[in-house]
Amino acid sequence: MAEIKLMKGNEALAEAAIRAGLQGYFGYPITPQSEVIEYLAVQEPKHDYVLIQAESELAAVNMLYGSSGAGARVMTTTSSPGFTLMQEGISYLACTELPCVLVNVVRGGPGLGTIQASQGDYFQAVKGGGHGDYHIIVLGPNSVQEMVDHIFLAFELADKYCNPVMLLADGAIGQMMEKVTLPEPIPYKPNKPWATTGKTPDRKRNILTSLFIESEEMEKRNLRLQEKFKKITQNEIQYEEYQTDDAEIIVVAFGLCSRISKRAVDIGRESGIKMGLFRPITLWPFPLKQLEEIASRKNVKFFISIEMNAGQMVEDVKLAVCGKKPVHFFGRLGGIVPTPDETFNAIKSKI
Amino acid sequence: MLQEMIFAGFGGQGVLSMGTLLAYAAMKEGKEVSWMPSYGPEMRGGTANCIVNISDQPISSPIVSEYDVAVVLNQPSLKKFESRVKKDGILIWESTNIKEPPTRTDINVYGLPAIDKATHELKNVKVMNMIVLGALVKINKIVKKESLLIALRETLPERHHHLIPLNKKAIEMGMKLI
Repeated sequence: MAEIKLMKGNEALAEAAIRAGLQGYFGYPITPQSEVIEYLAVQEPKHDYVLIQAESELAAVNMLYGSSGAGARVMTTTSSPGFTLMQEGISYLACTELPCVLVNVVRGGPGLGTIQASQGDYFQAVKGGGHGDYHIIVLGPNSVQEMVDHIFLAFELADKYCNPVMLLADGAIGQMMEKVTLPEPIPYKPNKPWATTGKTPDRKRNILTSLFIESEEMEKRNLRLQEKFKKITQNEIQYEEYQTDDAEIIVVAFGLCSRISKRAVDIGRESGIKMGLFRPITLWPFPLKQLEEIASRKNVKFFISIEMNAGQMVEDVKLAVCGKKPVHFFGRLGGIVPTPDETFNAIKSKI
Repeated sequence: MLQEMIFAGFGGQGVLSMGTLLAYAAMKEGKEVSWMPSYGPEMRGGTANCIVNISDQPISSPIVSEYDVAVVLNQPSLKKFESRVKKDGILIWESTNIKEPPTRTDINVYGLPAIDKATHELKNVKVMNMIVLGALVKINKIVKKESLLIALRETLPERHHHLIPLNKKAIEMGMKLI
């Protein structure tokens, strides 16, 4: 039965993973997402999944590679510096086409940084932090409920496309509590004929690799990946609009900033300024066409991207708007979360 | 109806659990809630706070800069948050340990000797936060007392359930102080 609870984002995502049929979790504790491994460790005896606290993020991501290759439904979670350590493995996972769920509860960087909330890892997430031509699907939850919903969606998309899928959350969403509806657990029956589960006499060996010494073979794999990324871009884009129909100012924000910006839009509307919010839910693939369409509207005067970084998503907004309208930016850095009033004033200053 | 509240004090005074209990009680009454803690180095011996928003509508921003209610249990928190209470808002301060009282006159100010009451009348300083919470719900009626009691039962681990009567007494004492 669906249950309503008051939960922290981190705990809610851990519970959601269990209910989505998690079979393997590999991770290394790091603030602000250590509650995930804590929660899963407490729950482990009651369930069938394997949980390993690895010796490092590097080990964790490679455990993910091995167990995903064996056909298991697997996840790792970490925060910024840990996610950087995982990049090599993620590139391998993408090339080998292995499904898995990655969660980055972002903290302020660069470097060891701060443990407070940030969106400074947007580039790393959507542009590929590892080497080579690959993409991972990136979801940007903005509430505790979406931490749950996006985990289910992430596992589904990972299996559908045989690709890593990540949640780009932030420290605040991980730490805050909200009312959350937990869906019923789903029985997970993997259908993965490609998995390396041991050769049987009736089939050829399954080989999973990201090594293609012959350039022709490597190009073939690359083209296959590109074909897949095209399909994902065509089918999986998600976004949300709020008060954009008659808006003259389009605020673009994802994750926690979209919540703050929604309030800023309300403040604007109360004082007679026609503002609207466009919120990308999938950060990759990014809703380029949808933003382009909005940019073509006569009543739209300008765009402004609100982020907890020095201006990263704003580059994708500019790509979409393609010079049709001015694109501005407002952000706070280093773990500072902007308030709705501050955000509203920043938007107003561009009029 | 949207109520934006901040609870602030020293780590260990029970500000986070006060907020949790209130949020849980409001959720039980079918309301939308968000609970946003300060987290990080400031929690170790320093100040801690949480923002609790309660509304009939989905909550947009869990982070706000001005509050309908500020509950402050130490001097640094009073200094930090007194100016951020909205005009005609509510400020509750713990008067046993805060030596310099609030000065604003455009808000509703309530000083409560909660530490003193908890120590001498209830013989347990730890329930000081429940006295304050009782006073708050009496003032703004954001949740019913019964919902707080349900929240206590459902959020406290079994091994602490013998403390529920004491907590209930503290909540009722707080309500009588207003």
